[in-house]
Amino acid sequence: MARTFALFHFACIVGLVFSNGEYRERETVSVTASNGMPWPMPQQYSSTSDTFTINRNAFKFRATGQSCDILSSAFFRYQTIIFGFREEVLKFHPKFKAGSLTELDVNVKNKCDQYPYLGMDESYNLTISSSGATLNSNSVWGALRGIETFSQLVLQRSKDMFTVNGTTIVDYPRFQHRGLLLDTSRHFLDVSIIKQNLLAMSQSKFNVFHWHIVDDQSFPYTSNNFPDMATMGAYDSKHIYTQDQIAEIIEFARILGIRVIPEFDSPGHSQSWGKSIKDLLTKCYSSGKPNGQYGPIDPSLETSYGFLSKFFAEIAKVFPDHYVHLGGDEVNFDCWKSNPNITAFMKQKDFGTDYAKLEEYYMQRLLEIVSGVKKGYMIWQEVVDNGAKISKETIVEIYKNEAYMYHVFLTTLKGYRTVLQACWYLDLIKYGVQWPAFYSCDPHDFFGTAEQKKLVIGGETCMWGEYVDNTNVLSRTWPRASVVAERLWSAQNVKDANAAAPRLEEHRCRMIKRGFPAEAVNGPGYCFQEYSIHEPV
Amino acid sequence: QSCDILSSAFFRYQTIIFGFREEVLKFHPKFKAGSLTELDVNVKNKCDQYPYLGMDESYNLTISSSGATLNSNSVWGALRGIETFSQLVLQRSKDMFTVNGTTIVDYPRFQHRGLLLDTSRHFLDVSIIKQNLLAMSQSKFNVFHWHIVDDQSFPYTSNNFPDMATMGAYDSKHIYTQDQIAEIIEFARILGIRVIPEFDSPGHSQSWGKSIKDLLTKCYSSGKPNGQYGPIDPSLETSYGFLSKFFAEIAKVFPDHYVHLGGDEVNFDCWKSNPNITAFMKQKDFGTDYAKLEEYYMQRLLEIVSGVKKGYMIWQEVVDNGAKVNPDTIVEVWKNGFHTELSIITFRGYKTLLSSCWYLSDISYGIDWPKYYNCDPHNFIGTAEQKKLVIGGETCMWGEYVDNTNVLSRTWPRASVVAERLWSAQNVKDANAAAPRLEEHRCRMIKRGFPAEAVNGPGYCFQEYSIHEPV
Repeated sequence: MARTFALFHFACIVGLVFSNGEYRERETVSVTASNGMPWPMPQQYSSTSDTFTINRNAFKFRATGQSCDILSSAFFRYQTIIFGFREEVLKFHPKFKAGSLTELDVNVKNKCDQYPYLGMDESYNLTISSSGATLNSNSVWGALRGIETFSQLVLQRSKDMFTVNGTTIVDYPRFQHRGLLLDTSRHFLDVSIIKQNLLAMSQSKFNVFHWHIVDDQSFPYTSNNFPDMATMGAYDSKHIYTQDQIAEIIEFARILGIRVIPEFDSPGHSQSWGKSIKDLLTKCYSSGKPNGQYGPIDPSLETSYGFLSKFFAEIAKVFPDHYVHLGGDEVNFDCWKSNPNITAFMKQKDFGTDYAKLEEYYMQRLLEIVSGVKKGYMIWQEVVDNGAKISKETIVEIYKNEAYMYHVFLTTLKGYRTVLQACWYLDLIKYGVQWPAFYSCDPHDFFGTAEQKKLVIGGETCMWGEYVDNTNVLSRTWPRASVVAERLWSAQNVKDANAAAPRLEEHRCRMIKRGFPAEAVNGPGYCFQEYSIHEPV
Repeated sequence: QSCDILSSAFFRYQTIIFGFREEVLKFHPKFKAGSLTELDVNVKNKCDQYPYLGMDESYNLTISSSGATLNSNSVWGALRGIETFSQLVLQRSKDMFTVNGTTIVDYPRFQHRGLLLDTSRHFLDVSIIKQNLLAMSQSKFNVFHWHIVDDQSFPYTSNNFPDMATMGAYDSKHIYTQDQIAEIIEFARILGIRVIPEFDSPGHSQSWGKSIKDLLTKCYSSGKPNGQYGPIDPSLETSYGFLSKFFAEIAKVFPDHYVHLGGDEVNFDCWKSNPNITAFMKQKDFGTDYAKLEEYYMQRLLEIVSGVKKGYMIWQEVVDNGAKVNPDTIVEVWKNGFHTELSIITFRGYKTLLSSCWYLSDISYGIDWPKYYNCDPHNFIGTAEQKKLVIGGETCMWGEYVDNTNVLSRTWPRASVVAERLWSAQNVKDANAAAPRLEEHRCRMIKRGFPAEAVNGPGYCFQEYSIHEPV
């Protein structure tokens, strides 16, 4: 099967079947990958038929503006990413051989930031022409994004020779918050796997790692102030993250321009917390006495807030991002209702029988504590759904499947910054070509004012851990997560799944070349270079 | 008796039992009963060279103060027994392991316990196929149903028809050389696993037509060929000439007595459009019943394959559509409505395999293994004789969405659930009771280097999977 492509033309699409604008699966037709196309699609992108050659031994990145460790680290990393992997050699029939390229000048205007942050400038422009190859950006973060794009345009032709076409790109993300959630409580994930995932994220321009680090089932976070939380709450002594490992992950993410937002979910989803912190969780009662079961954190005891203060003071120091995720989802009221002390507390507080008010009370106390340690916070939607009045600084994450765009409308109407997750549950696997559904979900797909639309700051795709661990997290996450990455980075009108399919196919094969087990998402097909566990990453 | 298969097993299990780093379990034995320094493996009959349908896989295993002894009639039983033994041994410290006093009498309920991989929709590396065979042996699977070619690609390098791979494979790297095929067959043999290749026709053969001129039916629109091709053209003698030569080669390359000839999902549209075939139908007095044409093709094919002294397996459509096939044909039931189908096929006297309820490739969210566990090949209305005709089953990992990146994690440990259904007694069917054993089996597979995924929800293994572990 010959794979011939027009290298220089936008529409390098061959062999795709579609009808009525919908992506229809034809299992005898495979999607043919594009060649040298970027993912996600830049805001403005054009290329010419001028082909520049690059000799791997005679190419370097050059910082012509600001520089720093993040930039040097990227130069080193991409030298390997672009030139270091064995790849099928593509036949080389350039229309216009336009000379050779020996460097990419990276011109960062502003002094490097140390840590990535919400709202950082990720814009860049990239020009490859006979005048040379130049990447301009305001910040180091834009440079990172641009270098990744550059790496996607370069194709290998022979052992030492690569080519790239004349290109003009002006690029910036549509949304500021582009995240991926991993869950290390339902199943532990090795540090090396988390780092591989961060690397994959950077290659799709994700900029937030939402680390759902603890939950009911296990507590792998080793707290300095409360060491027993891991000793007694982790699955076992090997299934933990030491402070050093956490710092290692945060640093690895920083170098990639990825924020690490930890989630310590409460008052629910906290069974594992109670194994070591006496009286933290609500004792459930049956027939007038404790029945041995525990519920959410007990909101009626000052000791709970004392613990939370001390705990979050530590978290605030360990995790440098301004935001922490405080959870607040799926709080089951049954145990609270059964407990007489809480009944008394409800009376004392004049909450009547409205336990949503008790939940609101807890969340407000928690948010005050976290504000007190100078952090901003993200929470799941229930807290505002249940009517709690919380600081307008809060970022609300919409995760429930029911009427999620309506909830985006409601939370933005109430003035909260909003992050959408509901339509991007990667863990909810099913048979077939599933990704177009992820691609077609748009965070602005609701009737609202321009102000409201502005309050939607982005989205997250999630890989919950009930059925996912070291054995399958990477193949299950990639390349499907990349589909969400494009939805969050690229322009709203880049939404034709049929047009995207060949680029996604190329992106998958590129990920495989770079050592990631990105699975097949378009039906039957192949990559020049298939995944092998014996390849060095 | 001894032979290469047995020595190979001794070597392999030395590593499997003792060679992997494992969490040390606390050791508080009730009755410390002495030490064990050997497992005596007593094979009664001379070793067979190749595994075969109906081979004796029975064994008994005794561990007591008299020692540890494994008795079997055949080397195949010894393989199965050594695997069982390896599962009973637990590590206690760096050098110390324990095993409890045990008495096992074991033999499989069904003779044919297979797993299908599809290397046409996506290529699978030889190393991945071998890892899969190793995993299969550790769940006592004994058939590798190799769906090696199909519409999308033809990775089989034929000596007689080299262009079939040159022009039909995805590219020159996505092929299996004759050496690699022999390597896989040999690797399987040592594990007591039969390799049954499937060369599916007359449908599912688009990739065959890229090099064999006039093999596939030309589809017609408005009175002339429209560039599309259909199933193999059953009206041309050249088709049967090709098939004769092709299957003569296949018969030599694959040592198992059986080949799988496919015969599924034959779309009649192209045949109907082709005037030559219309003429042929008339000549043969088939009227407008294209099932008769399909039957004619299959009977010609089966004669060819009988002629090269092979037995055959076919998908159910062939007999569903009324073709008369040899009495020793094995029919594989894969479609829905299989309870009824099993009754019908066995009523007609054919040996039957079930795969319908075990499509591992049909993934869904959540705990899906109990439904595989609960599917029983004898769950149909029929006589004892009919039930005996069900010789086993196969679980399938079709390749549309599966390749080197995810085939092992998607196949294991869910395939093991089918392995138990096909090996163990019919009344071993309580999924709740099986769950803890399945969990241990998964963690054991991980310890042994297989990326067996999580099938029971949140949890952990003492030793988690790591790509940096040597397999």
